[in-house]
Formats: sequence, C-alpha cells, structure tokens
Amino acid sequence: MPITPGAVTETRLDNGLKVLVQEEHTAPLASVWCWYRVGSKDERPGLTGISHWVEHMNFKGTTNIPRDQVKGIIEQFGGSWNGYTWIDQTTYLETATRDALDRMLFIESERMANCLYHPDDCESERTVIISELQGGENDPDQLLDQELTATAFKAHPYRHPTIGWLSDLQSMTREDLFSYYRRYYVPNNATLVVVGDVETDAALKRVAHYFGAIKPGADLPRLRTIEPEQTGERRLTIRKPGTTSYLKAGFHAPALGDAHFFPLAILDAVLTGAKGLNLWSSFRVPAPQRSARLYRALVEGGLASAVNGALLPTEQPFLYTISVTATDGTALSAVESSLLEALDRIEREGITDAELAKAKAQLRARLVFDRDSVTNIAHQLGYFETIASADAVASLPEKIAAVTLEQAAAAARHVLRPSNRTIGWFDPLH
Amino acid sequence: MPLDPQRTPLTNGAVMLAKRTATTPAVAISVALRAGSSCDPAGRAGTTWLLSRVIDRGTASRSAADIAEELDRRGITLTISVTRHLFTVTCTCLSDDFEAVLALVGDIVMSPTVPERELAVRKGAVITAIRQDEDNPAVRALESLMALLYPGEHPYGRPTKGAIPMVEALTREDVLKLHRERFAPSAMTVVVVGDVETGKARETVERVFGGWKAAAPAAVPTPPIARAAARQQRVIAMPDKAQADLAYGFVSIKRRDPAYYAYWLMNNVFGQYALGGRLGDSIRERQGMAYYVSSSLDANVVEGPLVIRAGISPANVDRAIASIDEEIAGMVRGGVTAKELDESRRFLVGSIPRALETNAAIANFLQTMEFFELGLDYDARLPGLLGAVTLDEVNAAARGVLDAGRATVVVAGPVTS
Repeated sequence: MPITPGAVTETRLDNGLKVLVQEEHTAPLASVWCWYRVGSKDERPGLTGISHWVEHMNFKGTTNIPRDQVKGIIEQFGGSWNGYTWIDQTTYLETATRDALDRMLFIESERMANCLYHPDDCESERTVIISELQGGENDPDQLLDQELTATAFKAHPYRHPTIGWLSDLQSMTREDLFSYYRRYYVPNNATLVVVGDVETDAALKRVAHYFGAIKPGADLPRLRTIEPEQTGERRLTIRKPGTTSYLKAGFHAPALGDAHFFPLAILDAVLTGAKGLNLWSSFRVPAPQRSARLYRALVEGGLASAVNGALLPTEQPFLYTISVTATDGTALSAVESSLLEALDRIEREGITDAELAKAKAQLRARLVFDRDSVTNIAHQLGYFETIASADAVASLPEKIAAVTLEQAAAAARHVLRPSNRTIGWFDPLH
Repeated sequence: MPLDPQRTPLTNGAVMLAKRTATTPAVAISVALRAGSSCDPAGRAGTTWLLSRVIDRGTASRSAADIAEELDRRGITLTISVTRHLFTVTCTCLSDDFEAVLALVGDIVMSPTVPERELAVRKGAVITAIRQDEDNPAVRALESLMALLYPGEHPYGRPTKGAIPMVEALTREDVLKLHRERFAPSAMTVVVVGDVETGKARETVERVFGGWKAAAPAAVPTPPIARAAARQQRVIAMPDKAQADLAYGFVSIKRRDPAYYAYWLMNNVFGQYALGGRLGDSIRERQGMAYYVSSSLDANVVEGPLVIRAGISPANVDRAIASIDEEIAGMVRGGVTAKELDESRRFLVGSIPRALETNAAIANFLQTMEFFELGLDYDARLPGLLGAVTLDEVNAAARGVLDAGRATVVVAGPVTS
C-alpha cells in the first residue's frame, strides 16, 4: 500500500527563502504555510513569550493590507488562516480554494516584510495574551506540564513556556516586539510551503513574484546552551484547590536527529499507543492504546481515567512526557508506583516481537491517517524542514520499519532510567 | 464536484450512505443511532453516556481484550460520541482492514454484553470526568446556562454525563435495557467514506447489519420550551481560578425552520466571521479583553441554543457583558449591512470544499444530512440556499433571537457578583 508522500519540488530564492511545492489534485484547494526558525527557545530572560506575541502582532495589518482590511482577506475565498508558535518554530497558514493562491502568497509576503506594530495594537494584544495565559492556568493539567518542564530543564531555554512568564508579558515594549520581528522575519530564516491543486512551475513563479524582492537579513545567532545531563530524579508537587489528581513523568528525550528517537517512538506506542508524528493533526484522534502497557496497568487497573505519552520531533533534545489522570479517590502514590513498575520492567526487559510489530503497524497507519488533507501534508513538510529537513517526511515509514528490538531496549535503558526523570504531582486541596 | 453519495435502505430499516474518495488508502466509518442523551430514562440522566463508555468493552462473541487487540493491531481508535439526539461510533481504518473493522463495529453496536468488571472501571472514569468538569469554569458556565435555558426535566438542560450519585447507582441492567429499547436498525445510519468501491461497501454493510432485527424504538417526546421572559444572570464563584468564563445565550430555532439559513448567516456576522465576527472585533480586537469570544448556533430537532462564549480576565467581566449587550443592540437596531451579509455568504459558500475535504468530515456531513432529511443533493443545493437569503431575513433573524433584556448570562470563575 503506497504511503510515500508525493513528489516535492524544492528550491531556494536568491534572498535565501526555501520553497517547497507539492501537487495534490484530490480537492480544488491549496494550503500555504510560511515557517520561521524562531520559537520560544530563542528567547532570553525578560523576553519570554515574545515569539508568540510577535505571532499575534503579525495578524494586525501591514503596509499594503490596512488594518481594517485584515478581516475577511482570506475568508472572501472561503479560506481559513491561523498560526502557532512552539519551542523551535513559528508558522502561519492559509488554506482556501486554489484560486486564492495569489492572495495567500501576498499575505505571507506582507507578513514577512511589512507588519505595522501600531502601539495601540501592541497594548490591546498584551491583555489578550495575558487572558490566554490565565485560561491555561485554569487547567491543572496544563499548569503541571509547565511546572514539570521548568523543573526538568535548568539551563536550556526549552524550560520556559511558549506563552511566556507573566511579568515579562507585563513589561515587554513595542520596541522589543518590533526589533524581534525585524531580526527573525527574514527570507533567509524562512521556509514557504505550497501544497494542493496547483501547477508547480506556475506556483514557483508566483512565489518569486511576491517574495523575490524581500531583502535578506543578517545571519542569526543560534543557541549554544546544551542541557547538562540530569544526575538524579527531580520532583515537584503543586498543591492548589481542585477536584482531580494528575501525575506527569518527564524524561529528557532524543531530538529528531538522534539515534534513539524512532526506537523511543516505538516504546511510546508500546506504553501508551501510537500518536503519529504530526503536531497539527495527531491529537485530533486519541491513540489506539487499549492493549498498551500503561493503559492496561493504570486505566484497566482502575487507578487512572486517562494515560497519554507525548514524544514530539524537536530540533534539540526535549522531553518525553507521560501524563496520568488519577481516578477519583485514588492516591497519586498508588498511580506512581504502578507507573514506575511498568517503566522499570520495560527498562530491564525491553519489548517483545509482537509489541514491536504492533507498534510499527500503528505508526504506519497513523502516517496514512495524518496526511488526509492538503493542510496536514503541508504542515509536515514545513515542520520537519524547520527542525531538520523536509526529506525526513518521506523517510518516516522507512525509519519506523527499521527499528529493532535491540534498539528499542537500548532506548528504554537510555531514556527511561530513574536519574533522567522528573516526576510532577498536581495534588488538589479539596 | 457534488458529493453525490449512494444511499441504500436495508430491508430491516437501516440506511447506508457511501461515498468513494481516493485521497488516502483509508476509510472513515460512521454508525449513528437516533439514541442520544435525550433518550435517558426519566430520573436516570447519564445512562446513555455510560453506555457509550462501555458498549465497546465486550460483545456476545468478543471479550474486551479481543476488541482491544483487533483495534490496536490495526492502529484504530474508536470514537464514540453522544449528542442530544445521536449516539455515534466513528473510526478511520486502512482500506485493507475495512471489512474486518466494519464487522467489529457491527458487533459492538448490535451485541454489547456490558461485563460487570468493565462497567465498574468505566464508571470510575466517568465519575472522574464529572469531577474534572466541576473544576472547569468553561464547562460549569455552559452547563449552567443550558440548565437555565431548558429548565425542569428538559433533556437539553441536563448534563450529558449525569451526576455522580446517579452514575454510581446505575446498574448493568439499566445500561442493557437502554440498549435494548433504543438501538434498532430502523434508528441507524451507516456511512462509509473513503477508498473502498461503493458496491463493496454496500455488500459489507448488508452482510454485517442486514440480519439485525429489533423493534423500532418508541418516540421520545420532548417537552415544550418556554423562552425566558426576562434577563437572568448567575455567578458561579470559583475563587482560585485565574480567568472567568462567560456563557450568554438564548433559545433559537429548529433546524428544520425555513429561517435556518438566515439565522446561520446572522450568527456568522455576529460571532463567527474571521476572528469571532462583530463580537470578536469589539471584545478581542478593539478592547483586548479576551483570548476567545464567539457565538454558536445549534438549531436542532427542537429549538436549540444560540450561545456566546468568552474567556475573560476577572477585572473585565462587567465590561465584556456590557459590550455583548451593546453588540446585540447594534444587531437588532441597526441590523447587518449588505457588505457584512455578502462577506459571510461568500465565506460560507466558499468554505464548502474545505469543509468536505477529509473522509471523516464528509462522513459527518452525510450523517447530518440524513438525520435532518436535507436531501442527497444537499451539498450542491447549499450555495443556493445561502444565496437566496435576503438582508431583511437576516435582520429578522437577529430580532427573532437576540434581546439583551431576555438574555441568560452565566459567569464562572474568580468573581463574586
């Protein structure tokens, strides 16, 4: 069964902009994504959350798109637009009917070069973002995730949340935002992806028309900090009013390019079911996990109502996180001992042939399910290009198929060892 | 290209709809029964939800472990959803697995055994989920709003998951009885969308479901709905939360009401278009008061709600409510402009190809089409239906539902009055 993605045409404009085009003629649609290699790991203390705030500001009018014409600019074509910021990347997308291709390219070229950053807009967006942060704080699971990450990392900027710390959001200035935008939003720091019912040569000509004249920026300083090896288990407990207990275990995990990454993806499927490797779509449908080890131990055992694993492809080593929701009345200590017993066993014994085969089948199916729209296909190309290379997308099936029992066992020993973990509890005050 | 689905009634009263696509070598399966939470027995709210958590944990011929293995080795997740009127089992599988997976789904829908042990585990999970909802201001605000809009024993006003004492008291027999009484071929629509030839889809559906025999369920009467005569406001104090969630709503119209398309367009202008329509312009873009604000219209079998929701800093709650009141007054007094109507219309018509891109989205669309008897050519007629709506009709819709003086407003979060 063919699951190999279609042919991708890759080119680079003189100003450094990387362009990826893939024809998909299954629906009369096109999806355009513009990716920037800037995320919350590029932020220094005092400016945490700036990448995400800049993303918000880049929806507020440009030199050639007056503020009052932003609304509806893509909706006129039945399209939708959005963006997100995470630790390694900031990205923007439009998906609309194919006749909107020029409009989508125009919007992205304007966003790259001509955003306005009106002081009033910066101020009104400050409160919107603080509202977003407070909405996240309302969710104990999200709060625990933020605290766990901050505890697991002590040097690397992956430690601070993408939304930023409140005091930084309260004190950042328009000048901070605008200079950050000018530094990172340059063609030599970007990748443009076009997927859909387009003709490659014609699309490339339109890309050159809109982006060709944008001047490149200076080479960007890249992060040098490497997180020192963790030498012992770390723990934290949040005690706040609430109704439900949550536990998370975070392990320093391999980056996409490390040898342990795909074996760990297999281990995650064995422990909690395969999620796939598409940040944009994988979480729409929960993992197939009823026979997974941790589901059997915790959910079937009545200790938890939910268990999930998260291993995401990242540029530098991030975290593999297991999240558990304890059933009402169950002590977190009971959840933790059952969890650690299962992890200890996989670390000592590895996985079985049957588990390896099932995990591969699950991941293979998820790779098919996750490319069901031009939007999802385009996401994958840009995401992987930003953290490694777009070629990685085509090689995913092969990389997964090649994982051996020995590699899975080695990854378990390397990643799941106690000295590499941080355990977090949300223990509610009733 | 119109969808042009193939519709086949089975001799036992079930209906199947099939549509072939070739985007990926995968198939979306959706089996819907007209057995949503409105069918909960009197005094037993939450029975349907509990059935949805346990229906796939053991059948006459498969143990829970057998089902787990069959799903997991194919990378499949079953999603079982319960709305007011529909109980729906959906999944996506690889094309090669289609026949085996449909047989499994059929077994689950027709022959659940609800083993006692499974029931106990799922009850624990449901109770935990209800406890999580109790701690969630957005859920608390919405559930309270629905209870106020649909008071008494109206099924729209009851929380779908039920209350903890009731869930604890439900027995295996309660759950099985609900299944016996509500699940029948005459209440079922099976939809298959994806890379499978429609003839093969039809044969497989007939093989799996054709022999199922069960009496047609009795109709469930829905109590009449009285619209609020005056404004009502309620505060749910959650002092330890960082942000307040607001739910502000009205009773609207039935989905089959001829004015539905005017209401749809009106709601798009009011609280949907771009970043939340007029509400988004005012509350998020101009005043920076909320990360999210929008309105949604759920015209349904009976008069469903129109609900405005927003997440707001506690200091801005009063100002945000006043802004919503103002926007409502603007819609009612000044009406929608021709430009706004044209923009929303172009958006809704233009977004049809995007809304029907994936197998799962098409399957969902076909279920809605069948449930509300919209016709097999509904997707092709939809642009015309939206195109025929006049500005007067949209403004009449605004006057028909929006009235700050009769609004029901609930705030949950760190606020006291």
